[in-house]
Amino acid sequence: MLETYLSLFIKAVFVDNIAINFFLGMCTFLAISKRIQPAIGLGIAVIVVLGLAVPINNLIFNFLLKEDALFPGSDLHFVGLICYIGIIAALVQILEMFLDRYIPALYNALGVFLPLITVNCAILGGVLFSIERNLAFTESIVFGLGAGTGWALAIVALAGITERLKYADIPEGLQGLGITFITVGLMCFGFLSFGGISL
Amino acid sequence: MSKVKEVLLNPIFNDNPIALQILGICSALAVTGNLYITLIMCVALTTVVTLSNLFVSLIRNHIPTNIRIIVQISIIATLVMLVDEVLQAFDYESSKTLSVFVGLIVTNCIVMGRAEAFAMKNGPLMSAIDGFGNGLGYSAILIVIAIIREFVGAGTFYGIEILPLTTNGGWYLANNFFLTPASSFFIIGFTIWGLRQWKKEQIEEPEFTISKNSLEAEKRTT
Repeated sequence: MLETYLSLFIKAVFVDNIAINFFLGMCTFLAISKRIQPAIGLGIAVIVVLGLAVPINNLIFNFLLKEDALFPGSDLHFVGLICYIGIIAALVQILEMFLDRYIPALYNALGVFLPLITVNCAILGGVLFSIERNLAFTESIVFGLGAGTGWALAIVALAGITERLKYADIPEGLQGLGITFITVGLMCFGFLSFGGISL
Repeated sequence: MSKVKEVLLNPIFNDNPIALQILGICSALAVTGNLYITLIMCVALTTVVTLSNLFVSLIRNHIPTNIRIIVQISIIATLVMLVDEVLQAFDYESSKTLSVFVGLIVTNCIVMGRAEAFAMKNGPLMSAIDGFGNGLGYSAILIVIAIIREFVGAGTFYGIEILPLTTNGGWYLANNFFLTPASSFFIIGFTIWGLRQWKKEQIEEPEFTISKNSLEAEKRTT
């Protein structure tokens, strides 16, 4: 039992990394990866929100929206998108208030990133993947945390490289966005090598 | 009239949402392995961004400021749901290939960004044109990437074989690298480089430059 969860987690972190292999959350990924410190903050925020949003939306799908879930003959799956995004927005808001009240240190560390996360496609993407793959509730918790960890790992790694790149002599037109893309492409190669792993 | 032209064409070259504003990149990278799928994605996004701009702009004077994001997201999500249902009804195969990426138009920053930055401040007609222009800007980059990836990766253009593959008895050995996700990063990176060589004003200012002395100092310490 534990092995299934472990393999699901490892798969979500390395093999199916949502940032590198599915390009989710790319906008924030490229914009916030100039320094390591904010990258770590954002990474933690994504882990927390994905770890909560994926299981909650999984429950919503299985007990409200799925065919015959509410009462025999009901099928509400077409309102899925608007439900998921609403729940993510509400969740982020509640989390923000909760952290502000009880864990101010973490709240300050996450700062402006929490509200930004609502419209981060990594979160909605994670939710949609867990539903498309028909994960059970406990599996969806593991998948959410794994996907978040994978995203965090990728952004911290990229920030580390970008910090070093400021010493490099880069052609004018390639500075900034261009070289970041090429760096991510090279990282992508690295992650491709995990593709062959079977657990 | 010139205003219309400016609003329509600016997003394509001068202020491209993908190359300059770094918006909506996720789908740009993921769906570009095949030209047909890419075209569907472009049509879907252009429809959504045009209509969402139109509707947000129509009710912009009635939206209370503090809940405007929620209102915008609901409008966008409704439109995306409609597009998704239409796609599933008429082209189920492609909708399976695109999987979650049609749904992800909801969180595509181009749509949100245009609603917030343009439609909240301008009239309905102009907003719709702006949305359409940004959709075109997004499509332009996507189509270029898709053509390159499909041509080099599979030797085909829109499914028609141009370079005969060795597997079919031809001479062209397909470059599988161009079918992997990594290639789209390189193509976009180099596209941006090309665009910035042509339009010099888009070059980013370096955040800081290293003075000569500090370089020498560093050399001494290491």
